[in-house]
Amino acid sequence: MEDKILLAHGSGGKLSHDLVKQNFVPLFDNTFLNKLDDSAVFELKGRLAFTTDSYVVNPIFFPGGDIGRLAVCGTVNDLSMSGAVPKYLSIALIIEEGLLMSDLRRIIGSIKKAAQEAGVKVVTGDTKVVNKGSADRLFINSAGVGVVPSGVDISGSNARVGDKVILSGSIGDHGIAVISQREGLQFSSSVKSDCAPLNKLVAVMLDSGVEIRCLRDPTRGGLASTLNEFAESSGAGIRIAEQSIPVHEGVQAACELLGFDPLYVANEGKLVAVVAANGAEKVVEVMRRSKYGKEAAIIGEVVPEHVGRVVMKTRMGASRIVDMLVGEQLPRIC
Amino acid sequence: MTKMKYINEFRDAELGKSLIARIRQRSTRPARLMEFCGSHTVSIARSGLRQLLPPTITMLSGPGCPVCVTANADLDKAIALAKLPGVIITTFGDMMKVPASRSSLQQVKAEGRDIRIVYSTLDAIEIARSNPSRPVIFIGVGFETTAPTVAASVLQAQQQGLGNYYVLSLHKLCPPVVKALLDSGEVKIDGLICPGHVSAIIGSLPYEFIPRDYGIACVVSGFEPLDILQCVDMLVTQIESGQRKVEIAYRRGVKPEGNRIALELMDKVFEPCDGNWRGIGVVPGSGLRLRKEYRRYDAEHNFEIKPGKPVEPRGCICGDVLRAVKTPLDCKLFRKVCNPEHPVGPCMVSSEGTCAAYFQYGEGYGR
Repeated sequence: MEDKILLAHGSGGKLSHDLVKQNFVPLFDNTFLNKLDDSAVFELKGRLAFTTDSYVVNPIFFPGGDIGRLAVCGTVNDLSMSGAVPKYLSIALIIEEGLLMSDLRRIIGSIKKAAQEAGVKVVTGDTKVVNKGSADRLFINSAGVGVVPSGVDISGSNARVGDKVILSGSIGDHGIAVISQREGLQFSSSVKSDCAPLNKLVAVMLDSGVEIRCLRDPTRGGLASTLNEFAESSGAGIRIAEQSIPVHEGVQAACELLGFDPLYVANEGKLVAVVAANGAEKVVEVMRRSKYGKEAAIIGEVVPEHVGRVVMKTRMGASRIVDMLVGEQLPRIC
Repeated sequence: MTKMKYINEFRDAELGKSLIARIRQRSTRPARLMEFCGSHTVSIARSGLRQLLPPTITMLSGPGCPVCVTANADLDKAIALAKLPGVIITTFGDMMKVPASRSSLQQVKAEGRDIRIVYSTLDAIEIARSNPSRPVIFIGVGFETTAPTVAASVLQAQQQGLGNYYVLSLHKLCPPVVKALLDSGEVKIDGLICPGHVSAIIGSLPYEFIPRDYGIACVVSGFEPLDILQCVDMLVTQIESGQRKVEIAYRRGVKPEGNRIALELMDKVFEPCDGNWRGIGVVPGSGLRLRKEYRRYDAEHNFEIKPGKPVEPRGCICGDVLRAVKTPLDCKLFRKVCNPEHPVGPCMVSSEGTCAAYFQYGEGYGR
């Protein structure tokens, strides 16, 4: 019979100890974690950014990623969107009794890979096991700290009239990949989650010397919600053009069939930036050179009209409001 | 099927602009056009077509959103069924939030009742199969488009010997309600944008009475902006030339005689009955109930429920909106009290509802 996680794996006793020593420590291998002290002790200088997020995606494996990769990328991205350079992460697992050991190993392996890709260290962690039915296979919480370089001031309230809005690539891939996997929708097998760490993309954007005013990763609520947040916090209007927003064919087809609007579907490896108009082209150029921003494009601008609202020019040439997402379009996608 | 093609082709901006120019040039008489189908309502709002059409053309929305036209009395039945011990309710997601007289499916789910969202009746059958000791009731809401799949599920339940699968049939038929609307004399229209999906099943022949008896132009339309523009162009041609007939602009989906297999399936399991429409009332022959032979799958026939007296929300004009005598902009509650987060009436709940489309896409904005 295949090895499964037992309640005893979370008891703090021998099984817990072995699980951590054999499966986690060698993989993450760093001086902070290896000590297995109660907390990781490290030095950091400067302004710090600190964030936490919980991941409950169902299913835990989906095309283009899994809950482990998501837990690393999500937290790395949250730090990056404040302009911080992500440094250290914590990973806390809440495991439902009965999870296959092989599945857990696979996920830990992908946490390691994603952390390497992002250049961050997992320095502390925790494992709890709950009774069957008390969780859905595996939940992960990750927290992260990063350092904000001096002079960097990024906030959703910084957008100014005249600024350009940049999107780093196609939208909707993550949400559609997850729902296709969950519902067994074969038609969009071509769609993979875009789940990716964006810190290196943000680094080249900041290095470009152009003033980056707002950054956000449009996860739940999609592009539409992020733009609305910018417009509201900055007290300005945002105008975008439908034709400039890349949507992959499989995502579009799935959205048509399911009645979703890709503007509201979640992404896990994309960012929206508001930047000074005179440097916008330059930012797009450096973004396109990164593997995380190949399809980057200017999709709109900040305008003095319709304060707090996002208006989109449709393909047919009409204008329509793009509102916040109300309610849930898809349950548990991250 | 690997990929759905031809989405962007039907959204081509250049073709769209030339069609709009053509319509602007040729439309001289005032023309009131009504789209029946909720998907049309959404597509028109989403691409902003109202702003682009000439002032001669008025676009109205009809009672074509299946969730919206479901009467409170019928919703109350679904909720009463959900409260029966052991019952699993299966439903399309759109129905969850619709406020009934005293509650909603979403609310009773939060109270601990077992209500599950499904994407097709196949899922409902699967749930029935894996829960043999519990009654599984599918809330059958929809037009001629969905009724055949529900009919198929009943036959499947029969084949598989599932004794615990039931349907609450709240299905509605399109041609009888169009007739009722036109007979009321309340709605004055010159052209009807006939539904694409419904027509894929019933064909275009059932609309022949509309130009013949009421002198109204009819064109069956697809759902992309170009489909709708082509349909409007064809309606304008009829109206300008004084011709009245049924045409199909959606040839890739609709044949005059419809889909014979689907129609036979529907006819085998269902028979027409009175349909109760929100805002319109009971329209003879506009509903579907399970035929006698399939009564053992009929939820209404097999469970005793007392749904109580239906109550309509105060101040809500969904009924008038559904009859196309008012638009959401005429409603005092619209945007102020009623929004997708706190919907008062069903037209704000369903993503295909007229009020939701007006709200979501800011209809009338930026003109």
